[in-house]
Amino acid sequence: MKGLALRVAHLFPKLMNIYGDRGNILCLQRRCQARGIAFEVDGLELGDPLKAKDYDLVFVGGAQDREQRLVAEDLVKVKAKPLREAVKRNVAVLAVCGGYQLMGRFYRTAEGEELPGSKVLDLHTIHPGAQAQRFIGNIVVEWNGTTVVGFENHGGRTFLGDGIQPLGRVVAGFGNNGEDGGEGAVYRNVFGTYLHGSLLPKNPKFADHVIETALRRRHKDFRLSEIDDALEDAAHAAAVRQATRRSIIR
Amino acid sequence: MLNSSSSLVAPGCSYNISVIQRTAAVAAAKATAAVSRRFRLGGGTALPGLVAERIDPDVIQELSAQLNLGSVIITGTNGKTTTARLLRSIVKEAGLKPVANRAGSNMMRGIAAALVDAASWSGDIASAERRLGIFEVDEATLPLVANAVRPRAVLFTNLFRDQLDRYGEVETVAAVWRAAVSELLAEATVVLNVDDPSVAALASAAEGRVVKYGMEDTSSGAAKLEHAADARWCTACGSELGYAAVMYGHLGHWRCPKCGNARPEPDVFCGLFQTGANGSHVTLKLPGGLVEASLPLTGLYNAYNALAAAAAAAALGLGRAAVQRGLNSATAGFGRQERMFVGGRDVQIMLAKNPAGLNQVLRTITANGSEADLLVLLNDNIADGRDVSWIWDVDFELLEGKTHSVTVSGVRAWDMALRLKYAGIDGGGATTHVEPEPAQALKRALSATPEGSTLYVIPTYTAMLEVRDLLARWAGRGAFWEAE
Repeated sequence: MKGLALRVAHLFPKLMNIYGDRGNILCLQRRCQARGIAFEVDGLELGDPLKAKDYDLVFVGGAQDREQRLVAEDLVKVKAKPLREAVKRNVAVLAVCGGYQLMGRFYRTAEGEELPGSKVLDLHTIHPGAQAQRFIGNIVVEWNGTTVVGFENHGGRTFLGDGIQPLGRVVAGFGNNGEDGGEGAVYRNVFGTYLHGSLLPKNPKFADHVIETALRRRHKDFRLSEIDDALEDAAHAAAVRQATRRSIIR
Repeated sequence: MLNSSSSLVAPGCSYNISVIQRTAAVAAAKATAAVSRRFRLGGGTALPGLVAERIDPDVIQELSAQLNLGSVIITGTNGKTTTARLLRSIVKEAGLKPVANRAGSNMMRGIAAALVDAASWSGDIASAERRLGIFEVDEATLPLVANAVRPRAVLFTNLFRDQLDRYGEVETVAAVWRAAVSELLAEATVVLNVDDPSVAALASAAEGRVVKYGMEDTSSGAAKLEHAADARWCTACGSELGYAAVMYGHLGHWRCPKCGNARPEPDVFCGLFQTGANGSHVTLKLPGGLVEASLPLTGLYNAYNALAAAAAAAALGLGRAAVQRGLNSATAGFGRQERMFVGGRDVQIMLAKNPAGLNQVLRTITANGSEADLLVLLNDNIADGRDVSWIWDVDFELLEGKTHSVTVSGVRAWDMALRLKYAGIDGGGATTHVEPEPAQALKRALSATPEGSTLYVIPTYTAMLEVRDLLARWAGRGAFWEAE
């Protein structure tokens, strides 16, 4: 693996740092370093240009409303175009929660205002109004023959366009819109999901899938070696148990 | 049982209905409290309040109006319980009789229960002439309580991200507070921690007097902003704030480099703070002069609590002597650095519910240099916050190389174990021990702690209730787990 490096652009690390998103970056770093892969991360804030060809993976997390507004503006004006270019060239993207919503065509707020998105993904999100139920709780998603587990907390309902697939099927929880059973989105090498915060650490298979996808653009057929995930797997299993137990009560 | 009061009054009855309603509410609530205690259904902190409010929705208004010295409300993310406890101690030293709600029972029903407890069976507050209400109030419940109690002072400690699934975002809470401050009586005083930019900003919403407090001794502060810093943006213009000194979280000496909005000069401040293993020493500047006091509590966050209580006392016009005696004679509260002696080990419970609070606990534990024995308990019940992703915003890396043994427990023990693995904490040679069941975990952690040493128990709220109960039962006994 000599000379191999995962180069990550972390969009708005200061503005979008809620819900433990740091865990996702720490996880990518740890899992790369365990395989002798160098890990380089650049934090890009408001106004910073995105030179997408310099990166293997773009990560964007969740934010509070005020910050999401600032970020949305910057994404549309500064970063959307290079990001769409990068996606065409198979750069990987992991967008979580608020960041996932911003990948779409638009976000309609609870008050009915339509905020333009970065149009990276053919999807849109509608907040049905301040009185509507917020989707909060543990969530388990069937993905790639296994499960992804996490926590969701969103008012917006996301609907996918025709050319785009959900990341997985909801086993327990709400997912994209609480109606069609889909959670998240996959398009080319872009992964969008509502599972926030500590998504990657206790989903080691998904984390490795993201890393492999990101590295395969420059290193065809690249495969990560196995590492000791006993604790990760135990945490995953415990979280799945907790989420499915709760869903029966709900 | 919970009929509306109208059925209690016969037609044509000449009694004042509201008085009868109140009397019925207080009597029913008192009976509920007695039954609840008799059958050990709980401490009687919430249900009696609920009963009283159902019979008389205005019970808080009517009873609190009888408090001759009025009421003080204490709110904020962290420090409510300890600040209220310290203020209670000060107020008692001043010769007054506080009426206060119990730790954790800080919504409407908890306030109602405290007032009912202070009232006679006929619905009158006993010795009302020297009575002052001291209520710690949940951040989101503040508007309701303030509207019912009409306080003479409201103290805001700080605003951090906390249980986002329950309270919503930090900005939402700030907006709720702002509206509540603008609704206060014109003669009410607002007491603000100006080291927190979003608390300091409340001053402009206040119609009445503002008492500002802050730390001037910056020697115990963090070197830089913690990851969990929330309010790092200027409330006036949105630019990123600069800090001459960071205390913890986003508290510190802040200034906006763009618009010049800056931390106001505090009226009450802590000029000197020293903390040791068993307590700390503060020198406070109050409007009338200096106060030096020793607290049985450690850590910078408790210096802030002492400072907050002193600022509230100043707002109420209490003397410096009462402040000093009150702080000196204070004791640790429910799960807040509460100490118990179990099987030859000194056990200290350090409740921590959010990133800013837990970072402070970790800094306090690691401050004395010795390798610590830890039991960390993570639950995800509603009172803890159901979302445990906040543990990734805590700087557990502070513990690296500073632990002797680490045991993790609670419903989310495995999540915590994984977080600690990432922080490079190996639990003293072996891996961190995971034992989801609290009683087993406590035994394991006690036996891993050398005799004569301190076991630090760091629980979330509901885990604290469980583990405290166990410790109270085991306190004073020998190392019984070794015989099993």
